[in-house]
Amino acid sequence: MDTNGATTSSAAGGGSTSKSSSKKHSRKPVYSRFTQQELPACKPILTPGLVIATFTIIGIIFIPLGLVSLSASEKVVEIVDRYDESCVPSDYSNDKLKFIQNPSINKSCVRTLTVPKLMKSPVFIYYQLDNYYQNHRRYVKSRSDKQLRSVSDEKSTKDCSPEDKTVDGPIVPCGLVAWSLFNDTYGFSVNSKTIEVNKHDIAWKSDKEHKFGSNVYPKNFQSGGLIGGAKLNSSVPLSKQEDLMVWMRTAALPTFRKLYGKIEQDLQANEKIQVVIQNNYNTYSFSGKKKLVLSTTSWIGGKNDFLGIAYIIVGGLCLFLAVCFILLYVIKPRPLGDPSYLSWNRSPAGHPN
Amino acid sequence: MKRYVYINDNESSHELYCDNRISNRKYTVLNFLPKNLWEQFSRFMNQYFLLIACLQLWSLITPVNPASTWGPLIFIFAVSASKEAWDDYNRYLSDKKANEKLVWVVRQGIRKHIQAQDIHVGNIVWLRENDEVPCDLVLIGTSDPQGLCYVETAALDGETDLKTRVIPSACMGIDFELLHKIKGVIECPNPDKDITRFDANLRLFPPFIDNDVCPLTIKNTILQSCYLRNTEWACGVAVYTGNETKLGMSRGIPEPKLTAMDAMIDKLTGAIFVFQIVVVMVLGIAGNVWKDTEARKQWYVQYPIEGPWYELLVIPLRFELLCSIMIPISIKVSLDLVKSLYAKFIDWDAEMIDYETGIPSHATNTAISEDLGQVEYIMTDKTGTLTENRMIFRRCCISGVFYGNESGDALKDTKLLNAVAGSSPDVVQFLTVMAICNTVVPIKSKTGAISYKAQSQDEDALVNAAAQLHMVYANKNANILEIRFNGSVIKYEVLEILEFTSDRKRMSVVVKDCQNGKIVLLSKGADEAILPFAYVGQQTRTFIEAVEQYAQLGLRTLCLACRELREDEYQEWSLLFKEASSTLVDREWRIAEVCQRLEHDFEVLGVTAIEDRLQDGVPETIETLRKAGINFWMLTGDKQNTAIQIALSCNFISPEPKGQLLLIDGKTEDEVCRSLERVLLTMRITSSEPKDVAFVVDGWALEIALKHYRKAFTELAILSRTAICCRVTPSQKAQLVELLKSCDYRTLAIGDGGNDVRMIQQADIGVGISGREGLQAARAADYSIGKFRFLKRLILVHGRYSYNRTAFLSQYSFYKSLVICFIQIFFSFISGVSGTSLFNSVSLMAYNVFYTSIPVLVSVLDKDLSEGTVMQHPQILFYCQAGRFTVSPPFLAFFLLLYNRASESEYICWMVWSIFVPCNCCVCDHHTCLCLREK
Repeated sequence: MDTNGATTSSAAGGGSTSKSSSKKHSRKPVYSRFTQQELPACKPILTPGLVIATFTIIGIIFIPLGLVSLSASEKVVEIVDRYDESCVPSDYSNDKLKFIQNPSINKSCVRTLTVPKLMKSPVFIYYQLDNYYQNHRRYVKSRSDKQLRSVSDEKSTKDCSPEDKTVDGPIVPCGLVAWSLFNDTYGFSVNSKTIEVNKHDIAWKSDKEHKFGSNVYPKNFQSGGLIGGAKLNSSVPLSKQEDLMVWMRTAALPTFRKLYGKIEQDLQANEKIQVVIQNNYNTYSFSGKKKLVLSTTSWIGGKNDFLGIAYIIVGGLCLFLAVCFILLYVIKPRPLGDPSYLSWNRSPAGHPN
Repeated sequence: MKRYVYINDNESSHELYCDNRISNRKYTVLNFLPKNLWEQFSRFMNQYFLLIACLQLWSLITPVNPASTWGPLIFIFAVSASKEAWDDYNRYLSDKKANEKLVWVVRQGIRKHIQAQDIHVGNIVWLRENDEVPCDLVLIGTSDPQGLCYVETAALDGETDLKTRVIPSACMGIDFELLHKIKGVIECPNPDKDITRFDANLRLFPPFIDNDVCPLTIKNTILQSCYLRNTEWACGVAVYTGNETKLGMSRGIPEPKLTAMDAMIDKLTGAIFVFQIVVVMVLGIAGNVWKDTEARKQWYVQYPIEGPWYELLVIPLRFELLCSIMIPISIKVSLDLVKSLYAKFIDWDAEMIDYETGIPSHATNTAISEDLGQVEYIMTDKTGTLTENRMIFRRCCISGVFYGNESGDALKDTKLLNAVAGSSPDVVQFLTVMAICNTVVPIKSKTGAISYKAQSQDEDALVNAAAQLHMVYANKNANILEIRFNGSVIKYEVLEILEFTSDRKRMSVVVKDCQNGKIVLLSKGADEAILPFAYVGQQTRTFIEAVEQYAQLGLRTLCLACRELREDEYQEWSLLFKEASSTLVDREWRIAEVCQRLEHDFEVLGVTAIEDRLQDGVPETIETLRKAGINFWMLTGDKQNTAIQIALSCNFISPEPKGQLLLIDGKTEDEVCRSLERVLLTMRITSSEPKDVAFVVDGWALEIALKHYRKAFTELAILSRTAICCRVTPSQKAQLVELLKSCDYRTLAIGDGGNDVRMIQQADIGVGISGREGLQAARAADYSIGKFRFLKRLILVHGRYSYNRTAFLSQYSFYKSLVICFIQIFFSFISGVSGTSLFNSVSLMAYNVFYTSIPVLVSVLDKDLSEGTVMQHPQILFYCQAGRFTVSPPFLAFFLLLYNRASESEYICWMVWSIFVPCNCCVCDHHTCLCLREK
């Protein structure tokens, strides 16, 4: 009978026939707290007491937290040594690029670091690069995770251009990231006694076990016309090449540190450490800095003052506000819920227009 | 343009006109996909997202996986497409049901049972009692010997009374058997949607009757979707079929209304788009410069010396894609979702159920709930909206004698009862007019009790009152009326009915007294339509006084009059009337003109006063809403005094010392102009005082003011918080709404009857009261409520909550998109302006959908203040009206907003940086915590 929805509803509302009156009852809404918008709700009222208490509590918790974090960060001993400038022989100081690009020049360089305080084992060795854009779009995309994972996907190198393949076949690992692998090396000795550098367990567990295949071996790597960074031992599977894994976890920011290894012995205060650096990596063309970092850790991680300072600032601000509110409350109290403070009660015209 | 319908001619009209297949479907199975896609893509937002999604397929520039845009895009499209498909499927089902209904149709002279969809124009359709009419028919026969039948038109116009329909005079007396073989031609206009007019002619072919043209009116038709009642059978000729019926033509989808918030969101989207283009251009240039100066030195990036020709475009396009999330893709979907929930909350609200009838409130339009919270002007009808529209005859004045003044009820006034008992001629005449000057149908039940089916509540009240005064309108048999008075039966023959129109403001019947053969014209109507036409020499002063006095009491008045006609005068006029009735063009106007020739020289009999009580809670509702800063205008067809009285009694205007009424009147342009200027001047002076000033204008002055002094009147409209417009026509009501809308006010129109439909449709929000005048208004409206007092809850609770929730949700949508986008932009400065995405595709998608879009939907349950508080302090609505979301110079607001967001994401970005740079050396994660390529 009904030709469309509109007539259906109208017949129900029209209301003279018996049929429609029965429909009317079914249209009556079901009563529930949801349909009546009466669900239980919590609505804290910001009374002066509550506000002041909240601010005070935040302040009291945050300031000690900040102090503890700051002191933990202070305990971390860190040695940072920039060597890119000083490792260039003085006769090349005007043309560093020529120095670094000439393979026949010996790139060894010896630096001496002084331990300021006792550094408890383990001491982590990092290299830090500045102004190095590992997050550049062209760079970050130029890799093939499939290829790294299994041998069967060796040929999936479509994202890797321009370092995708050579005349002998696909490059494993392909792409700009792997190609530009950092290749400075460091040797440490104290009083001409060599310190062992442990280069195991520096990569992520997931990288070693899942992302880099244990049966994937480097192939055709750094064999093209342009040599980027380090070469890889083609008889070692990728899952054992921890330096590569570390490098291929690309950094989000242009200044970053990457783990080089660990020294598993204590370094005494005022000890002089001799570092023999093979200064191979080219950061001179884009005036990037290279730094060697030795650091211990605490429960908070590395040296990081930010967290502590942030806690202290927020806590201090909260305490300050609490004090302000207390003063305001004491000096100029105001009854709560007084309707005469409502805006329309204050302006007699009553109409904001 | 005309169409000629050949009755019972099976061949000729088949090709010309469509068959009776009803189709409300928008799509077919085949065209669904392309048509729906085309419709969805006609929206700018969708085009934009499609462009982005396509660009993402180009792997050189895409920062993220294309799935992060395609996924949501396809999801959004699938949601709206399946909604459309479901609606269309339901329409298809109901069409199918209607089309396959079996009806009796004459084929080759024999009645056959066929499907409704096979009816063709010119077929004769037979209907039984309680059948639904399958298409528009011209009646040619009924079971009633007088050719009458009754139809219920509720589905068409919402009026629940029975209407009489009559067969054309030419078909009168044709034998039942012969109806199968009837031949003829109906000349009728092309299909239109006016359900009150059908100006056609019928000519039957021999042997049925001589070739005489017989005029047809809407009275001779039964329209699609009506029901045949109280009549054993009826048959008619199909004139309009299928989608060309009056109902089919009037269907049609109304223009979707756009809320202020929607407009704001669109504007904001546009502004963000412009901003995005600027950002893209700046970053694009910066990126290209950085590439040429810095990136070439970064040997590990291996930029080729010579790039492809489009190289310069690559970086800007990348940023365009990165920034595309600035415009939230999910906003439309989530807004549609929450809006339908708001509508459901209104439907469900137990406090808005009319317990008298059990009808809950209903939101027909689910998209504009938040506009309810921004209403500034309410235009309200009076009768049936503010009042109950339950008319009770209270007082009368018969030839200068007032009845009912002491007791307040004329029916109990002994003076009147005595006069009736004594058969005082004036009183009898008066009662006769009350009883028969109408279009009421008396229906006798089996017990003998008489009930009346009336279209107008006033007529109902008059007939009932007359019956109580022993003048019982007992029976109507075709043209013969039977009236019982004090035991005697009087019969009248109705010769003509001069129907009521809102222009004429009166209606008349011409009857012939069956006893003495006298022809009398009986009229009733508004005072200004009757009193000026009294015969020369009659003292109308007492009547004018009576009208004034009754109006002061807020009663509705009608003047009753009669005139005896000479036989030849009637005959002469009758011809003119017939001619006018059968014209095809301007019929209404022609008829009015002819009626005018008869309706003069009245002998005014008296004045009736009918009470119409205020609905419960009207004064409180109006007071609360006025406190909420909402301005009220009353637009009524009623008299000025009645309107003012009602306005006073429902807090609409304040009484004298506090309030002031300013009258705009005048008959000529000059008078109106002067009065308008005077009112305007007073209004300007008093606007600063805390005084309630209202202006009153009548339809005539309004017409002039709107036509010639629109500017002054607009200024007045803006200044005045309250106005009463009386004697206005439906189109003037709509014009007033239009006027206020053009001043950028949010208007709400509320009404209950067919005369409010136009204003309801015109207003930003139309509210219909499902009252006694049928459902026409409720049908046309966006919201239908049972009683006026629910308006308070509708606006202050539902409107306000909806507004706040939508405001929060849309602000939040933009906010979360901007935050994540600004993180990307700041990151691009430390990633060599190369367009790297800080987030991977999965995280981005999850952020947009799971982290931010879905959980925030819970905010539709938020109530910032309890319902009680809002009702107590309705002033809180000021903030909604002013528009928390719509701050006046939108661009300034927009950039402030942007600035806030920018500083926030900058902060987040720096925080990320400052935490994670040193973190690189943590033991727990030896490397960058924020990894770019986590897979």
